[in-house]
Amino acid sequence: MWKVRVKLTAKSLRANWGMFAHSKLGPIGLFLIVFFLLFGLVHPLYLVYRGSDKIYDPVVGFAYDLLPEGNPHPPTLSHPLGTDILGRDILGQLMHSTAKAFMLGLIAAGFGVLISTLVGSIAAYFGGFIDSVFMRLADVVMLFPLIAFLVALSAAIEITLFKLAIILAILMGFGGTTIILKSQALTVKVKPFIEAARVSGGGHFRIILSHIIPNVLPLSFLYMMFGVTTAIFSEAILSYLGFLNVRMSLGIMIYTANDSGYLIGSRLGTYWYLWLPPGLIISLLCAGFYFVGRGLDEVVNPRLRER
Amino acid sequence: MLRYSLKRFIQMAVVLVIYATLVWFIFYAMPGDVTMKFIGNPKIKPEAIQKMRVQFGLDKPVYIQYALFMKSLFTGNLGISFNHYPRTVWSIIAERWPRTVTLFLTAIVLYYAVGFYLGKVIAWRRGGVADYTATVGGIMLWTVFTPWWCLLLIWFFAFKLDWFPLGQFVTPKVWMLAPVGSNFVFTRMLATGLFGPLAILVGWWGLRKVVHDSRTRKWLNWGVTAGILAISLLVWANSGLGKYALDILWHMGVPLIALLTIGFAGSMLLMRDSMLETINEDYILTARAKGLPERVIRDHHAARTALLPVATSFVLAIAFALNGAVIIESVFSWPGIGRTLVNAVATQDYPLAVGAYTFLGLFALIAHFAADILYAVLDPRISYKRGEGA
Repeated sequence: MWKVRVKLTAKSLRANWGMFAHSKLGPIGLFLIVFFLLFGLVHPLYLVYRGSDKIYDPVVGFAYDLLPEGNPHPPTLSHPLGTDILGRDILGQLMHSTAKAFMLGLIAAGFGVLISTLVGSIAAYFGGFIDSVFMRLADVVMLFPLIAFLVALSAAIEITLFKLAIILAILMGFGGTTIILKSQALTVKVKPFIEAARVSGGGHFRIILSHIIPNVLPLSFLYMMFGVTTAIFSEAILSYLGFLNVRMSLGIMIYTANDSGYLIGSRLGTYWYLWLPPGLIISLLCAGFYFVGRGLDEVVNPRLRER
Repeated sequence: MLRYSLKRFIQMAVVLVIYATLVWFIFYAMPGDVTMKFIGNPKIKPEAIQKMRVQFGLDKPVYIQYALFMKSLFTGNLGISFNHYPRTVWSIIAERWPRTVTLFLTAIVLYYAVGFYLGKVIAWRRGGVADYTATVGGIMLWTVFTPWWCLLLIWFFAFKLDWFPLGQFVTPKVWMLAPVGSNFVFTRMLATGLFGPLAILVGWWGLRKVVHDSRTRKWLNWGVTAGILAISLLVWANSGLGKYALDILWHMGVPLIALLTIGFAGSMLLMRDSMLETINEDYILTARAKGLPERVIRDHHAARTALLPVATSFVLAIAFALNGAVIIESVFSWPGIGRTLVNAVATQDYPLAVGAYTFLGLFALIAHFAADILYAVLDPRISYKRGEGA
C-alpha cells in the first residue's frame, strides 16, 4: 500500500514540478531564495573566519583597522563592501540582516496563512453567522492601507521585529487572503467525499482538519509566498522611515545612511556602498518570493492553464 | 441598485465608526497623554500641565473623551494641529490633499494605460520572449524596494543627467513673485486634468450619436480631442499661470517616472491573467472561426471583456495610493498627505494624525463603494437587485 502511495506522490510531484518549471518564473525565484538563504546562513561562518568580534559584529563592531582613514570607508580587502558611517562592516550587516528578514518573512507569512486557512475553512464549513462575521472583518482589514496603518501603530506601541511579525500575521491572517481561501474551501465543501465523511460519522473538526484543509493547503502555500514579500517589504519600509525599534536590518542600513545626510545629490554616487547593496537584497528577496508565488499560481490555478 | 446603495451606505457608516474608534484608541488611549512630553521640561510648571490637561479634556474619563471625539468627528470638527498651531486640521488636509491627488492620479492613469496595453499584448503571445521579459522585469520592479529605486532614479535623472530638480515640489526662485499660492495652481491643474478628458469623452459620445460612418467618426474624434487640448493649453498660456504649472510639472518628473516603473506591473499582470482566462472562452473560438483578423479579436473581443477586473482595480488603486504616498512623498519630499501623516506621527501631532487618518479612511471607503458600483455598471452579469448578491 505505502509503495503505491509513494509512487503516486512522486508522480504528482513530478507533474507539478513540470508545470512549476514550465513558467520559468518559479525556478528563478527558487534560485534567488536559496541563494539568499545561504547568504544569510553563512554569517556565523563569516564571523568565525574573520575572528575579531570587536571589528566584525554587525551591530556594535567598529573597524579599528581603518581608523586613520575614518568611516564610512569604501570597499577594501578586509571589508569587501566597505564600512558604514559608524564603522561597521557592511557585508557582515547584510548577511545578518538577510537572515533576520527571512525569519521575519517566514514567521509572519507562516502564522498569517495558518490563521487564514483555519478561519477560511471554518467560515466555509459552518457558513451563516460565523461566516459573515469573519468576512466583514476581512473587509475592514482589507480597507486600510497596510503601511499607513503600521506607521500609526508605531505611535502607540514600540514595534520590535518579533512584534511586527505577529502584527503582520494577524493583519494578513484576517485580511483578504481569508476571503480567497474561504472560496476555495467552499468548492471543496460541496464535493461528495465531504458528504461521505459526514455520513460515516466524521465530526465537524475531523472533517475540517483532514478533508477540507488538505485541499486548501496548496492555495494557502501560494499566498504564503506573497505574504513573505509583503512582510519583508513592510519591515524594510518601516525601518527606512524610522518607525521600528530594530537594531539592525536592511531597511535600517539605508535609514542610517539617509538620516546622516549621505544620500543627498552627488553623495549618492560617492557612497553607493551604503545604500545600493541593502536595497538590492531587499528587492531581489521580495522578487524571489513573488516569482515562486507566480510559479505556484500556474500549478494551483486551473484558470491560467493553457488549453 | 438604490436599495443596494442604501444598504452599503449604512455598512460604510458602521465601518467608518469602527475605523475612527480604532484610530482614536491607537493615538489617545495609550499610557500617558499628550502632555507627557512636557513633563521633563523644567520651564513648564506642573500647574501649567494640569491646566493643559483640563483644556484638552484629558482629566475626564476615557468614555467621555471618546464620546467628545465622536461628537466632534460627526460635526466635522477635526481640531487644531499642535505643530501648525493655530491652523485647523481641515485646512492642512485641504492644502495637502490636492498635491497628493495631482501626483498620484496622473501616475495611476499613466501606469494603468501602460499596464493595460502591455498585458493585452503579452497575454496574446503567451510564453514568448516578450512575455517573459515583461513579466520578469515587471515583477522585479513591482517588488523593488521603493525608496531604494527612487534613490537610484534621483541619482540618475536629477544628478547624472540633470534633467529634473532634486526633491521638493516648486522652485522658490520662480515662485517668489507669484501672484497666487501653489494650491491655487494645483487645483486648477487638477480641474484641467479631470474636466478635459471628461469633455473629450462627452464629445466622443455625442459624435457616436450623430455620425454613423465609423471612418468619418474616427477623424472627428481626433478633431474633438485636439480641439479641447488646444483650448485648455490656450487658457493656461493666457492665464499667466502657465510657467508655475510648468514648474510643478517639472518637479513631478522623477516621482512620476518612479511611480510609473513601479506600478505598471500590477495592472499588466492583472490584465494578462484576465486575458488568458478570456482567451479560453468559446466566443473567441467563434470569432476565430469567422476568420476575423487576430488584431480585431484581441482588441475588440478579448480585451474588452478582460478589462473588467482591471477597471475595478483602478478605482481601488486610487484608494491604496496612500500606501505609496507615505513612501514616495517621504523620499521625494513632496509635501502631500502621505508625508503629512509620517511627520504628524513622528512629531506626535495627534490631532493632525487622527484627522488625516480618518479622512483617508473615509476616502478609501468611498473608493471601495465606487469600485462596486462601477463593476455593476460595466458587467451586466452582476446585479445588485433585491435578494441577489450582497
